[in-house]
Amino acid sequence: MTGTLVFLRVFLRRDRWMYVWWPLGIALLYVSQGWSVDGLYKTQAEFDQAAAGMEGNAALIAMAGPARALNTTGGQVTWQSAAFGAILVGLMSMFLIGRHTRAEEESGRDELLRAAPVGRYAPQTAAVLDAALANLVVGVVTAGGLAAYGLATADSIGLGLGVTFCGWFFTGVALVAAQLTTSTRAAYGLTGAVIGLAYALRAFGDVSLAALSWISPIGWYQAMHPFSGLRWWPALFLVAGSAAGITAAYAVFDRRDFGSGVLPARPGPARAARGLATGPGLAWRLQRATVVAWTVGLLLSGLAFGSMGDDVEDLVGDSQTSRDLVLQGGADIVGGFYAMLMLMLALLAGSFAVSSALRPRGEEDAGRVEGLLATRLARSTWLGGHVLVTGAGALVVLGSAGLGLGVSYALVTGDGGAVWRMTWQVLTFLPGVFVLSGLARLLHGVAPRAASLAWLSVLLAYLVLIFGELLKLPQWLQDLSPFEHLAMVPVEDFRWVPFLAVSAVAAALSVAGQIAFLRRDVH
Amino acid sequence: MADVTDAQVIEIRDLVKTFGSLRALDGLDLTVERGEVHGFLGPNGAGKSTTIRVLLGLLRKDAGHVRLLGGDPWRQAAQLHARLAYVPGDVNLWPNLTGGEVIDLLGRLRGGLDERRRARLLERFDLDPTKKGRSYSKGNRQKVALVAALASDVELLLLDEPTSGLDPLMEAVFRDFIDEFRDAGRTVLLSSHILAEVEHLCDRVSIIRAGRCVESGTLAELRHLTRTSITADLATVPAGLADLPGVHDVDIDNHRVHLEVDTTQLDPVLDLLQTGGVRSLESQPPTLEDLFLRHYGDQLAGAGEDDGR
Repeated sequence: MTGTLVFLRVFLRRDRWMYVWWPLGIALLYVSQGWSVDGLYKTQAEFDQAAAGMEGNAALIAMAGPARALNTTGGQVTWQSAAFGAILVGLMSMFLIGRHTRAEEESGRDELLRAAPVGRYAPQTAAVLDAALANLVVGVVTAGGLAAYGLATADSIGLGLGVTFCGWFFTGVALVAAQLTTSTRAAYGLTGAVIGLAYALRAFGDVSLAALSWISPIGWYQAMHPFSGLRWWPALFLVAGSAAGITAAYAVFDRRDFGSGVLPARPGPARAARGLATGPGLAWRLQRATVVAWTVGLLLSGLAFGSMGDDVEDLVGDSQTSRDLVLQGGADIVGGFYAMLMLMLALLAGSFAVSSALRPRGEEDAGRVEGLLATRLARSTWLGGHVLVTGAGALVVLGSAGLGLGVSYALVTGDGGAVWRMTWQVLTFLPGVFVLSGLARLLHGVAPRAASLAWLSVLLAYLVLIFGELLKLPQWLQDLSPFEHLAMVPVEDFRWVPFLAVSAVAAALSVAGQIAFLRRDVH
Repeated sequence: MADVTDAQVIEIRDLVKTFGSLRALDGLDLTVERGEVHGFLGPNGAGKSTTIRVLLGLLRKDAGHVRLLGGDPWRQAAQLHARLAYVPGDVNLWPNLTGGEVIDLLGRLRGGLDERRRARLLERFDLDPTKKGRSYSKGNRQKVALVAALASDVELLLLDEPTSGLDPLMEAVFRDFIDEFRDAGRTVLLSSHILAEVEHLCDRVSIIRAGRCVESGTLAELRHLTRTSITADLATVPAGLADLPGVHDVDIDNHRVHLEVDTTQLDPVLDLLQTGGVRSLESQPPTLEDLFLRHYGDQLAGAGEDDGR
């Protein structure tokens, strides 16, 4: 173990921003639920009525967790935050463990360090301590935030430390994954699959077969019942599971060679597929995993949102704030709610479109472009392939969100026409998505180093959507969001003029970006 | 379209390229004739890679004249690229594509691969084409790019330090294939600082420094510009050796003489040595390393400059 503390200090320094943003972000997730619930329901009667509506909604229970004490602020906070908090600490632990173990080993940096007089276990032990500490900070900040907000102290601590224990459990999972696989990406994939499985198990368990929730770490966390009769013993499962995972990982570590894993690295095809050597073919091959993941993710989101059917009136409550929130477009609550949801889905698709539009810059940064452009492949064809994949990908990603929304809404309400109607309604926001990706394209062409600034446009559109009316943002600022100019279907009637005008702006941005790229140096 | 029989494959005059305040290329001249292997020498940061990137149309020249295969490398990039293959010094592969896929990708983008040569190259370079890009070592990544380039049917190879990650065995394989390539009448621009490799392979070399060409010619011509070292055992040492033109560092130890002489001034020295009765004579022609150090010796003395581009 010689050198563990030296490593730990280096890791803490490398992770210093993660130690700021993850705890703050996760604590904010919890505390903001309390703030939003207290803002929504002005009287207990209103609160009781909304809670009754939620308790009977299987879709919401599947998404969030078992419905307990939903007519109290603490109960609502637990219900709405616990599952997502657990997923977030799982991801944080996965990244921390991955970057200090398998990523270091894969890059060869670990080899350099391990050749120094340090113990075999030192880097790995330091990584475990680092992740354990980060999770503790998340739990303490969350508990402190909840208690400071005015919730019961003991239950706040239970909810906060519970998420720490969840993080410890996933630390063990991530450490095992890092031993089994030979690449960081594969380790992330394996850990992510376990987190997803844990979430899915408790979703089915909470709705139908309760036993399933008892084999999910997220289920154990929720079984601690904070703010509805806190009990500590389910946390033992989490701590024991964490210890078992870490022990198993050390046992594997002891038996494997440096740089190797347990799962064999799969060989790939020795020859390229026919279509690979074309602009669109290559771009599709490089981006297809991302496109498929976003498509599935947004399809599921759409399905989840649509399952609320017409119950939204109860959920919204009677307070002025919440009505303002959804009534930005008109007087129809259900319509206003769905308009907002659709815009939210469009913003998610916009995030896909921006990341996809920035992919060529990533390729350029990684030095993989000059070899390609030294062939007959013209610059315009290379970039054009990516433009095509971004455009078609955004259409498919957004369309699948609309389809999911429509299908589950139709299943809940029996309104079969909703499938195509809602798919189309969601797709009317596509020009706004293209403005976001077009802006990223322009930045990549003109100022590749500053291209990440394109994310600010997504953030702005999000802020305008959520806070535009609440905070009475100045109109010129709101007008910067392309979605402000489109008709808010279904509360407003669809209009072709803004649809085509915003589309034209998007096309102009994209074309200008492509022309700029053709004229500049490639690095 | 370019004239295929054009004698000059690469023709660069007064090329200037600046990055901000850095003048990476400062009036560079370079001529590569059809059918030769041309060595492109210079330490890191001298401007070799920048020159090649301008030739590939990846960077836009600021001033000067550049012709590649008779065309303009910036405006006719894609057409010209059909006739050349490029291997960078630092090969970056896609982590999730296999080596075989990348070879096919680059080969097809160049207009097709010679299947038999592809198989032979894979075998000679001992490369497993089913491994993913992320699991290759530096040397193997370089082999992927080399196989793709050498299996393509092109008339010009642009190689930017292509062997920096190869072991000596693989370097020998590389030399065989380059010889074969040249024997087919094709042209190679080989940027390198492995002098033995250049000495072995190249017909002509250009040495660049700080973005300018400081020397260019055949190795024989360049050797002419520097000193030969001579060691002789004599019956009697004749007087006046040190006074001959072009003679330096004379060291006399009994009957043994060691001296350095400018290669252009060899004759008078040999004549005078003969008068002393030569028992044995060793002469060491200048190596490429001497040539190189002659241009960079002052940099070595200054403990080297930094490694900027």
